[in-house]
Amino acid sequence: MDAIFIFEQLLNGLGYGLMLFLLAAGLTLVFGIMDTMNLAHGSLYMAGAYIAAKVHESSGSFLGAVLVAIVATILIAALIEWLVVRRLYSRDHLAQVLATFGVILIADDLVKAIWGPSPIMAPTPAALTGPVQLLAELPYPAYRLVLLGVGLAVALGLYLLVNHTRMGMLVRAGASNRSMAEFMGVRVGRVFSFVFALGAALAALAGALMGPIGAVQIGMGEAILIPALVVIVIGGIGSVRGAFVAALLVGLVDTAGRAFLPPMLRAVLPPSLAADLGPALAGIAMYVLMAAVLTLKPAGLFPARA
Amino acid sequence: MSSVATLPLPAGAGARPRSAASLLPWVVLAVLAAFPLIAPAFGLEYYIGFVRRLLIVMIAATSLNFILGYGGMVALGHAGFVGVGAYTVVAMVEAGVGSAWAAWGMAIVISAVFAAAIGAVSLRARGVYFLMITLAFAQMLYYLAVSLRTYGGDDGYGIYTPLSLGGLDGLHADIFYWVVLALAALVFAFSSRVAVSRFGHALMGIRDNETRMAAMGYPVYRIKLVAFTGAGAVAGLAGALLASHNNFVSPSLMHWTESATLLVMVAIGGMGKRWGGPLGVAIWLTLAEVLKLYTEYWHWPIGLMLILVVFFAPKGVATLFERKEKTQ
Repeated sequence: MDAIFIFEQLLNGLGYGLMLFLLAAGLTLVFGIMDTMNLAHGSLYMAGAYIAAKVHESSGSFLGAVLVAIVATILIAALIEWLVVRRLYSRDHLAQVLATFGVILIADDLVKAIWGPSPIMAPTPAALTGPVQLLAELPYPAYRLVLLGVGLAVALGLYLLVNHTRMGMLVRAGASNRSMAEFMGVRVGRVFSFVFALGAALAALAGALMGPIGAVQIGMGEAILIPALVVIVIGGIGSVRGAFVAALLVGLVDTAGRAFLPPMLRAVLPPSLAADLGPALAGIAMYVLMAAVLTLKPAGLFPARA
Repeated sequence: MSSVATLPLPAGAGARPRSAASLLPWVVLAVLAAFPLIAPAFGLEYYIGFVRRLLIVMIAATSLNFILGYGGMVALGHAGFVGVGAYTVVAMVEAGVGSAWAAWGMAIVISAVFAAAIGAVSLRARGVYFLMITLAFAQMLYYLAVSLRTYGGDDGYGIYTPLSLGGLDGLHADIFYWVVLALAALVFAFSSRVAVSRFGHALMGIRDNETRMAAMGYPVYRIKLVAFTGAGAVAGLAGALLASHNNFVSPSLMHWTESATLLVMVAIGGMGKRWGGPLGVAIWLTLAEVLKLYTEYWHWPIGLMLILVVFFAPKGVATLFERKEKTQ
């Protein structure tokens, strides 16, 4: 384990964290403003990944594919909001979990019917297949660098949108105290439709970007949903800033755990025990982080509702 | 828990008039008990195993319904305790224990210990945070099972010599079915009984207004912890039976979608209704079984049903029957 390896893994962790942030930002705003738990957010991520992979394959343009995926996913999200989620605002969390779990089941079968049950290949854009020489000793895949750049740019854009525009002010007002914002004349319903569409666009973007480095398959939405939920709980529900910090924390802890824990354990423990314990501890790391944060700060790192 | 004893029972809660409805559990029990004897005549032998699995999942669902419906604790990690029970059986088999009773008993004890420890931490959180913490602990158990290579790790563990039921062995080919049925009936009767006991009423009081119950002097945290531990122990029993049913245990038993499915079954059936758990399990598993016969796309009708239940029968299918009974 040398410095180069550590640096490379940290970059990977940062990239994973930024993608988690794209998912968690929409999830946390929907939860914060409308007090609505939307498990189907993972299905939007899956939709983005599938559409982008298929359009990219047939058209050859990655940028075009990402844009098509985003627009199509926004339309899908609007349909889901109109048919299901809109009727759930006034219900309790359990009803929201159940109904959106139903949406997940339908979405998975729909994807299976359209694109088949086996995972599909999402090609890496041709121009970005090679490595970039970051340092003399450190070649890093160009595509992953682009991922980092896009993730950071979107995070910055979201920061400006939420903190320095009128719409962002309304979003924050809705998240910190919805009924008060309504009394002051904010049309929270309209703000929410905007946030839901924004969340869908970010989920689609994350799905489209993760396609080439992960597996595009049925169930990918459920698999990433849990880390995204962990992120919004650690960050404090409703807080975009909290989601950003928590996503980077979770991304780094998860990646670092998988990369560094097994070799470190091998150095101090008998090999058979280390081989058993390493992957378990790496898988658990993120949840231990969440339990620790909630013990110290029960409402997350940056509670939106003061 | 001396303070619990001072809770006055609402009028008529203990002494319900005997009616056709009170005979229903006995009728259901009789039909289920006769099923293995009748099934071969109709060529339904395959479904003896299916009903056995149904009964085992009903035990798990009934235990979840107890904390969810009566206690208001939305736990998304109940499959974790099912897994602890199943892996306890695996550990007992690996240690050379051949008696089913010993293995199942140990499974109840060990999962109760896990539930007490996890509950002690989780019950300090509220609402979504409670849901996420229970999920987190179940995920930890999942990854623990994946890493236990002595017990098969990711691939699971096959039990090649079925556990012995002691003196009951060899009485009948389907003896395990009746053992499961007896245990399921016991769990159902016990949880129905506890639900109308003083403890059950205190639990429902906490669900409806925790602050008030605390102000009245009830040990709120302790009552919730006892309920959570009991539910975990019963879920562990279901896991142990499932291990004997499949003669195979794998970490997928504890995947978070299993916990979500249990939650969904209880919600479909009816939270806080004593038939809620069994009804939800029967609807979900039968629908899945029937749909699988006709199509590989069997998830979406269930998903659609789930959405419809949330919109049109928000308190579960069990309440639909209730309303019918009243109007008749």
